[in-house]
Amino acid sequence: MTVFIIRRIMQSAIVVLVMSFLVFGGVNLVGDPVEMMVSDEADQEERERVIRSMGLDKPWYVQYGLFVTNALQGDLGKSFVYGEPALQLIVQKIPATFELALAALLMAVVIGIPLGVFSGLKPETRTSKVIMAGSILGFSLPTFWVGLMFIMVFAVMLGWLPSTGRGETVPLMGLSVSFLTLDGLSHLLMPAVNLALFKISLVIRLARAGTREVVHQDYIKFARAKGLSTRRIIFVHLMKNILIPVVTVLGLEFGGLIAFSVVTETVFAWPGMGKLIIDSINGLDRPVIVAYLMIIVLIFVIINLVVDVLYSILDPRVRLQDVKS
Amino acid sequence: MTPPVSEQTMEAPRPSVAEIKVETPFQRFRSDFFDSGVATAAFVVLGGIFFIAIFAPWISPQNPYDLAQVSVMDSKLPPGEKSMTGMVFYLGTDGAGRDLLSAMFYGLRISLGVGVMSGVIAMCIGATIGLVAAYFGGRTDTLIMRIVDIQLSFPAILVALILLALLGKGVDKIIVALVVVQWAYYARTVRGSALVERNKEYIEAATCLALDHKRILFRHLLPNCLPPLIVVGTIQTAHAISLEATLSFLGVGLPVSEPSLGLLIANGFDYMLSHKYWISFFPGIALLITIVSINLVGDQLRDVLNPRLQR
Repeated sequence: MTVFIIRRIMQSAIVVLVMSFLVFGGVNLVGDPVEMMVSDEADQEERERVIRSMGLDKPWYVQYGLFVTNALQGDLGKSFVYGEPALQLIVQKIPATFELALAALLMAVVIGIPLGVFSGLKPETRTSKVIMAGSILGFSLPTFWVGLMFIMVFAVMLGWLPSTGRGETVPLMGLSVSFLTLDGLSHLLMPAVNLALFKISLVIRLARAGTREVVHQDYIKFARAKGLSTRRIIFVHLMKNILIPVVTVLGLEFGGLIAFSVVTETVFAWPGMGKLIIDSINGLDRPVIVAYLMIIVLIFVIINLVVDVLYSILDPRVRLQDVKS
Repeated sequence: MTPPVSEQTMEAPRPSVAEIKVETPFQRFRSDFFDSGVATAAFVVLGGIFFIAIFAPWISPQNPYDLAQVSVMDSKLPPGEKSMTGMVFYLGTDGAGRDLLSAMFYGLRISLGVGVMSGVIAMCIGATIGLVAAYFGGRTDTLIMRIVDIQLSFPAILVALILLALLGKGVDKIIVALVVVQWAYYARTVRGSALVERNKEYIEAATCLALDHKRILFRHLLPNCLPPLIVVGTIQTAHAISLEATLSFLGVGLPVSEPSLGLLIANGFDYMLSHKYWISFFPGIALLITIVSINLVGDQLRDVLNPRLQR
């Protein structure tokens, strides 16, 4: 087990290292790094200062070392647009993105599992066929377009829900969150459903496949023979057994939700990391781009590491195979 | 000769061996494929979409990017309105007075072009790498598959976004980004089937004939790995089209001079809040029809080409 974790941590470190090379190379090779890191309005003194602090008069490996040292100290440059340290700017936006992603995850479970179990229990009914057709559509629909259509129908035509922003937020353990106020909830609903759409389809399919397999098992038949109520069989015996694959896949997909929140946040002007990076790319705010890339890679490496380790605890075959190779 | 199809032959047990032999593999594939009504419909729709994309300049009511034909006076007209010169805009016009239907035809051309092109390049690169991994095995295989695993642990949209943030906008750049995102899927697919094929006798025979590696890889191994590759290729092309539209919508994909469907939808976003829904709505429908029909064709291909399901 320890060997496995050490190997995985080393692998993660290599990924971060390669990524820092890529970002460093991208910034340096694609354009003039001074142009990249200094805003166009900066005066000569500011330019000199940046050139010295980045060590641009030194060979590339010294420069790379400086870049890494600065990054490790949390110094990834200042945003041109906001004038604040880029890292701080992004860290401030993380709670909003995580709130959206978690809301979408919850949505996927709350909507996906009942629909999936229903269509698995009664696969021949018309409702089940509609659910399955809907899930195919959920896979094919481009997320951003669905978001636009949500805004058009629910915000513009019906005027039921607000289309932009986070609404009223309240502090919770030092973070400001939207889901505790009614106004915040109404702002959260559309983006969360939009982001969850793909995952709902996924959960429906998993829950349906699981249900169809489990209902024919002996323990379900035995529970019936024992005279248990249908409700108890479904909610206790069946649910427990279909949840294992659903929970595993959802854990794996959480990273995907954070990545896709870039799209949803842009559509609904949700003030998270994703909207910040798109604004920064469009506004050529390069320090923020560099900082975002490093942070998102770090977040992903950590998510993947945790998932791998959890997986190896749940399924010992994974780590045995890995140690062998 | 195949007997005329009647109620009885439909119900009869499987035809005799002699009759099967008359059918070439391609004929069997074709009749299996068109067995499903949904797949046939999707195939026809997809054919129509490709026809529109290829012949867009000749069948569009107007050239939406020729300034002489477009008048700002016609901007933001709802579907069915007539222009100053009497031309009917069946799907309305966009913010610059362009006929939306024509703009969609041109957009389809760019969307499909980028999707198919990146799919083909990624397939060539990924298939070669996958073949090499499976054929040589050992350390080469371990290294390549580790890289594939690591890359696939990052969502496609994130990898593409990182690349485009570093590279900038442009048709060539988005194709590069889409190729980088996709090659790993092809490599994994090809490696999987090549591992099975590698141990078969014909490869052994080819090795005994002392054919060089290149010939064995591409003339013997590759053709036998094609069916799964074609299926993955179809599904991946749909993904690529969807991803390109998303990136272009976000403003990091194609430049404004190359208006794909994603960019058309993005342009309409600004007008949507003032109830001018059609500018975003119709290009989205076109995108949806394209993606769904490619996916349906891909699903049917998977069923037909899967040897385990062969009747």
